Amino acid sequence: MPYLSNIIFAILLFLAVFVFRRNILFIKRNIQMGKAVDRSDHSKARWSNMFRVALGQSKMVSRPVAGVLHIIVYLGFVLINLELIEIVLDGLLGTHRLFAPFMGGFYNLLIASFEILAALVLVSVIVFWLRRNVVRINRFWKDEMKGWPKMDADYILYFELVLMTLFLSMNATDQLLQQAGTPRYTQAGLFPISQWMTPLFSSFSDPTLLLLERSFWWLHILGILVFLNYLYYSKHLHILLAFPNTYFQNLNPKGKFKNNEAVTHEVKLMMNPNADPYAAPSAEIPEKFGASDVTDLNWVQLMNAYTCTECGRCTDQCPANQTGKLLSPRKIMMDTRDRLEEVGRNITKSVGFVDDGKQLLDDYITREELWACTSCNACVEACPIGIDPLSIIIDMRQYLVMEQSAAPSDLNKMMTNIENNGAPWPFSNQDRMLWAHEN
Amino acid sequence: MHVPTLAELTAEGKKPEVLFWVGCAGSFDERAKKITKSFVKILQKAEVSFAVLGTEESCTGDPAKRSGNEFLFQMQAMTNIEVMNAYEVTRIVTTCPHCFNTLKNEYPSLGGKYEVMHHTTFINTLLKENRFTISGTTYKGKRITYHDPCYLGRANQVYQAPRELIQKLDAELVEMRNCKSKGLCCGAGGAQMFKEPEKGNKDINIERTEQAMETQSEIIVAACPFCNTMMTDGVKNKEKEGQVQVQDIAEMISKAEDL
Repeated sequence: MPYLSNIIFAILLFLAVFVFRRNILFIKRNIQMGKAVDRSDHSKARWSNMFRVALGQSKMVSRPVAGVLHIIVYLGFVLINLELIEIVLDGLLGTHRLFAPFMGGFYNLLIASFEILAALVLVSVIVFWLRRNVVRINRFWKDEMKGWPKMDADYILYFELVLMTLFLSMNATDQLLQQAGTPRYTQAGLFPISQWMTPLFSSFSDPTLLLLERSFWWLHILGILVFLNYLYYSKHLHILLAFPNTYFQNLNPKGKFKNNEAVTHEVKLMMNPNADPYAAPSAEIPEKFGASDVTDLNWVQLMNAYTCTECGRCTDQCPANQTGKLLSPRKIMMDTRDRLEEVGRNITKSVGFVDDGKQLLDDYITREELWACTSCNACVEACPIGIDPLSIIIDMRQYLVMEQSAAPSDLNKMMTNIENNGAPWPFSNQDRMLWAHEN
Repeated sequence: MHVPTLAELTAEGKKPEVLFWVGCAGSFDERAKKITKSFVKILQKAEVSFAVLGTEESCTGDPAKRSGNEFLFQMQAMTNIEVMNAYEVTRIVTTCPHCFNTLKNEYPSLGGKYEVMHHTTFINTLLKENRFTISGTTYKGKRITYHDPCYLGRANQVYQAPRELIQKLDAELVEMRNCKSKGLCCGAGGAQMFKEPEKGNKDINIERTEQAMETQSEIIVAACPFCNTMMTDGVKNKEKEGQVQVQDIAEMISKAEDL
């Protein structure tokens, strides 16, 4: 069976891509459960945002240590994946270092730079692990990070650690096979890092080396295929979603909260003396004002939830969180995603949503969290990839106030004052000019 | 002091170059009224023709909107817009970043389109146009720190105008460890001003006041009546009223120029 390995490879590759595609479609369907919001304007500014913020990582470096390390891992990820093209073709065609004969010296340069990147990624990933687990940076140890989120973050680091080690070990054994003149292992590549690893393997016989090289090669590519499908279950989707997320992010000044059009319609009717109070209600009246569940949010907010990497920069900057309040903007995003996944599974299972007696409000996000927000936009500013937790908080406050009249009593007093005398305090509007007559 | 209302000027067939939106804090709050008066003195010194709405002004609706009461916000907004559009208002200046943000960003989609400026930006323009100069030395060499109001800074990217004014006063501006886009909120935004804070281990204004005190400044400058209240309370809580003052830039300019 000379083609056995090619066939096995093709099947595994197909399976990995198939499952990945299924997961992506599942995410897409869930995001599309969100309400419509038009973000088709200013395409130039949007592309520029995507290039600067997602591709260029411009907001990452506001924290220099994490920022620079992240750029290294990101560059490593993007560039080393170029080598993946060759690995996949080799796997399908049964060749070895397919591109080497065509690229000459440039091939050596590429392989050498992949190796250097791989080593830098290894170092960065180790520093990331130390920051999480030894230095124990505060934002990685907040309440919402307990359990799966903490494990998930570590698993991703282990994955990268193993993949990079396999990549370098594969090259190290390859070199030894090249030196021994093993058939198919033609002289190719330049190995500035893995050449220092060859002593680890030099005592092995040629057949053992061949077995090791093949094992490293297979484990490396299988690891990548597994990681591809781990994405969906992890916080790591940002490597894909950061791009659309920065493209579709809000371009207005951060202080501009969106106008609730449904309310505008109602208010105009109320203020128009010519309106017919007995006219049939217009079809534009929504079933609900504000948001109590994920399907009341818009699709950009839902995409935000899938994009969140749980880095916690938002929570770290949040004044409420810093002073010990329950609110954590990161938890708002994590809760939104968890609930969205739950609704999604419900729909898949029952072919249509079956009421599960749960919702985003109360079952995931408590009122205490929502009322702790100062709407200061620190979380929005801090997010390196344009996620907006504040908009979700305000939408949920709208539900609490307009559907349930459930604002804290102090706020109800403030609102009653505005209604009665046009100021948040109980002063008569006739006294507005008193200041001009006082000394 | 005589402050003309838009109704009076219109009756006289006059049209001011700018409407001064006083805001509820500026109209009713004892501390904020001083800021209002200082700013009026600056306007008068620079011979700006301005007017206020007086009893025709009503809350912009900002705290209602941040609380989630979109109905009340839009009622307020539409009423105010009706008044201002009837007077053909085109330019507005205000000493309150919350009014500034709401008028500038949230009124246009409801039919109120105006050029809206915060007073720090407006005073800077007056200086650049040589309509007014700062020569007083009251604050020369004094250590001063500036607190960025969220709705001026992060929300609308106004970081430089207030800082330029502090420099014009010849004061030594010392930044806090969290400033500009990373400025920490005073704790009043999002309608928190009107309610007790949720439970935690500290009040936000205390945290921010501590950051301000780290700079060893004599004066904490706030460019927002709510930040002013929060920081003043913070300083009182630390029993430092004797050493540290909380001031609005308009008050400082008015004092330096002996207005």
